[in-house]
Amino acid sequence: MRAAVLVFPGTWSDGDCVYALSCVGIESRRVWHRDATPFDADELVVLPGGFSYGDYLRCGAIARFSPVMDSVRRHAEAGGLVIGICNGFQILCEAGLLPGVLMRNDSLQFRCQPTHLVAAEHQSPFTRGIARNRVLEVPISHGEGNYFADEATLDALEAAGRVAFRYCDHAGNVTPEANPNGSLRNIAGVLSEGRNVLGMMPHPERTCDPLLGGEDGNAIWLSILSAVPLGGIMGA
Amino acid sequence: MPVDDHTLAQVAMSRAEYERLLAMLDREPTEVELGMVGALWSEHCGYKHTRPLFHHFPTSGPRVLTEVGAENAGAIDLGDGWCAVFKMESHNHPSAIEPYEGAATGVGGILRDIFAMGMRPVALLDSLRFGPLDDAHNRHLFAGVVAGIGGYGNCIGVPTVGGEVQMDAAYSGNPLVNAMCVGVGRVEHLLSAAARGPGNLLVLVGADTGRDGIHGATFASVELDEDSAERRPAVQVGNPFMEKLLMEACVELAEHHGDWIEGLQDLGAAGLTSSAVESANRAGTGIDIDVARVPRRELHMTPYEVMLSESQERMLVIPKREHLEDVLALFRRWELHADVIGVVTDDRMATIRDGDEVVARIPIAVLSDPPQYDLEPARPAGLDARLSVDLTAFPDLAPEAATAALRDLLGSENLASRRWIFRQYDHQVQTNTVVAPGGDAAVIWLKGTDRGVAVASDCNGRLVGLDPRVGAQIAVAEAARNVVAVGGTPVAITDCLNFGNPERPEVAYELEQSILGLADACAALGTPVVSGNASLYNETPTGAVLPTPTVGMLGIVDEVRRALTIAPKDGDTLVLVGAEVPQSADTLAGSEYLARAHRTVAGRPHIDLDREARVQNFVREAHARWLLSAAHDCADGGLAVTVAESCIAAGLGLEPPEDGPPALGPRLDAALFGEAQSRFVVAVTEHQDLEGLRRLAGEYDVPLAVIGVATGDRFRLGPLDAPIETLRDASEGGLGRILAGSAADPDVARRA
Repeated sequence: MRAAVLVFPGTWSDGDCVYALSCVGIESRRVWHRDATPFDADELVVLPGGFSYGDYLRCGAIARFSPVMDSVRRHAEAGGLVIGICNGFQILCEAGLLPGVLMRNDSLQFRCQPTHLVAAEHQSPFTRGIARNRVLEVPISHGEGNYFADEATLDALEAAGRVAFRYCDHAGNVTPEANPNGSLRNIAGVLSEGRNVLGMMPHPERTCDPLLGGEDGNAIWLSILSAVPLGGIMGA
Repeated sequence: MPVDDHTLAQVAMSRAEYERLLAMLDREPTEVELGMVGALWSEHCGYKHTRPLFHHFPTSGPRVLTEVGAENAGAIDLGDGWCAVFKMESHNHPSAIEPYEGAATGVGGILRDIFAMGMRPVALLDSLRFGPLDDAHNRHLFAGVVAGIGGYGNCIGVPTVGGEVQMDAAYSGNPLVNAMCVGVGRVEHLLSAAARGPGNLLVLVGADTGRDGIHGATFASVELDEDSAERRPAVQVGNPFMEKLLMEACVELAEHHGDWIEGLQDLGAAGLTSSAVESANRAGTGIDIDVARVPRRELHMTPYEVMLSESQERMLVIPKREHLEDVLALFRRWELHADVIGVVTDDRMATIRDGDEVVARIPIAVLSDPPQYDLEPARPAGLDARLSVDLTAFPDLAPEAATAALRDLLGSENLASRRWIFRQYDHQVQTNTVVAPGGDAAVIWLKGTDRGVAVASDCNGRLVGLDPRVGAQIAVAEAARNVVAVGGTPVAITDCLNFGNPERPEVAYELEQSILGLADACAALGTPVVSGNASLYNETPTGAVLPTPTVGMLGIVDEVRRALTIAPKDGDTLVLVGAEVPQSADTLAGSEYLARAHRTVAGRPHIDLDREARVQNFVREAHARWLLSAAHDCADGGLAVTVAESCIAAGLGLEPPEDGPPALGPRLDAALFGEAQSRFVVAVTEHQDLEGLRRLAGEYDVPLAVIGVATGDRFRLGPLDAPIETLRDASEGGLGRILAGSAADPDVARRA
């Protein structure tokens, strides 16, 4: 499989994502935000972290108008895989491809620190390969990662198994102390209705090599790889 | 038109300097010319008090690729065609007035220095000094500076991996904000900042030009006073998003199209004036600029304002004539403005026009020839008295009070964990951070190789204040030790000289002696000075800052997978290297313990540079022989604080060794908290490694002392006995508690 790593003005995790994907054998191409050509059906589309348009106005609020977002929308609607990390998650929320919004951290400060995550469901291509109860150590790096949606939306997300990851402690307990930014119900990542679009605040691409503090982030890419041959992306 | 004193004050020029200019020009300067000369002859741009001393610095070495001052930053050969460029610069005065923007634009400025050389910035460090944090204004400055550094670095995607912070009353109201950047790339992609080739065009890229920062360079060259807040217009505002685009475009230009351009130069202090004049001076050419072609963001700007604006996020590109369109297209693709504003000439003149009207025409040689002043140093009154204070006269620490003293030091503003700060900085982006902040030096992986770059900054201003020469030697030695502690080889330094008004004899003494001290240690440790910056006139009405010659050290880690941290593994033996445990009261000189326990900064700092080199070489050799599992520079806070930091980092306690606890000697305070130099605490895993270490120590004539075994959850060292968790809470919660101005760390409380 191949990945398309999008680059908006101000994106800075594109190189990190390309490198992390290469660690699990996924080749990628970078796609500039003005390029609206379609993606291949089996391409993994990655919206990396960064400060698109400086996060001026509101995180992701300008990037969602980039020409490439039309291609992302068509890819998602056709069942193609899309992952938005950090600023990419914010863009997907602003674009309406995922529910909710990322507000300012409750500490009112930027936070770059390790967090622990548990997969809250195992039916998506991104989480299918992650063992139940496995705790992933993946860092966050954001000022606005405080996930918010109204109660009805949160209930619906949970009922439909669309909460992908929650912040937990090192033993896997989902506690208020393990929540680094005030996200409601400790939500670190959510899925689209079709489960083919994932948005998450933590940076799996940063834990791709023991030299860099671990390789837990690779679990997500490996899950995607293991999901593909099982029934193709469309059937996932 | 005779020039009045007010006009001269605005450009920080003395009457004598003005007379010198008249003699050089043989006529009155125009308004624009006077502004340009004032900026370039300011201390900030012209180094008129410091340049005469720079010849003391060792500047060459087998790995040095650039001549000091020839380019924006020093370049170091990393081997196999890779190189690193690095530099540190101050942004003290703007940060004193507007801490967020002052610090943010300090980061922006140093980044431009690095990518102007064609290298990709891979690490930022910040060396900060503030007044004590029990003062609300100092807390305001501290929080603003930290937020500004994070605001810029996080947005642009360059990791902030290190630095240091020290508080002292001498920095109240005049904080120091020294930002350092390291860039790496291929040697063949190094760019020059020279305006070569008459007929080539000058292209201004990036932000539009506004009135922000006019007279910034001169503002940086006068003392701060009650009216300084009125100078707020002289503080620039940063746009890290714009800089991100500029950085990507410039790095792409260097990596793929270096043959399209003759030169690339950032716009920093004194804006277009210094940028254009310096690049012409480097190439022996002239420049002809039409300010009417400079895109503005404000109406009715005068030529004077355009030439002296310090609007951020601008670069001057000198494309080869035949590649002008290629270069313009590249910047357009990054959605940046790029405008032709002038041309390189062969007449060695700076010609500035506003449309058809010539508003300045002045020889580059005049602009580039600031007056040089010999210092008139005089040893400060009272220095000898402070040096010769008898430290044995202070009562020793009682054993039963030792644990409380350790907790107090670990939670103190100068020694507490800096986690409160660095968790607000993205220190991982670019995924090269192998050793993260919180240890001695940061280690950045050079992806695609086995190699890494180790970086650290250091300067203990109190020690420099007590003995400028020795204190400066110690700053270099400790920065080198930090690099050695992570498994690196120190290679070269950048310096940032922060001092008071050099026209005062006692400041002149501090400046001169500090430069000599830096030079001594750089020679002894084989680390030449490859770039630097001076920030003088750091004074408020209550006096000068502590003399603070900040050292930024770069080292090479040959096998990045073997980089060391300060954290031992469970069961490791901790060994003090470089000294016996017992120490004399002399080692309390300038120590944090003496400052806190006895409210005294006094004594005679000491370092033996031969011994320092020997100890560092010993630790490097021990690591090369696979004997070490961790290492930590033993300096600030002394042995007890160093060992506690290592244990906290590992989440382990400390138990006495099998053959009994180390003897602490006649002075408990000196053994535990004395700050003797040239020491490390290392961790050794296997018994046979300890034997190997002992044998090697014999060869190097370096003393060793076993301190204990890192294990369990209680920290026990001599009379010290505490659960490691209490020590962790003291250290990691310390800064948060101090900043909250309360006993409870809000963050700890929320999670409890």
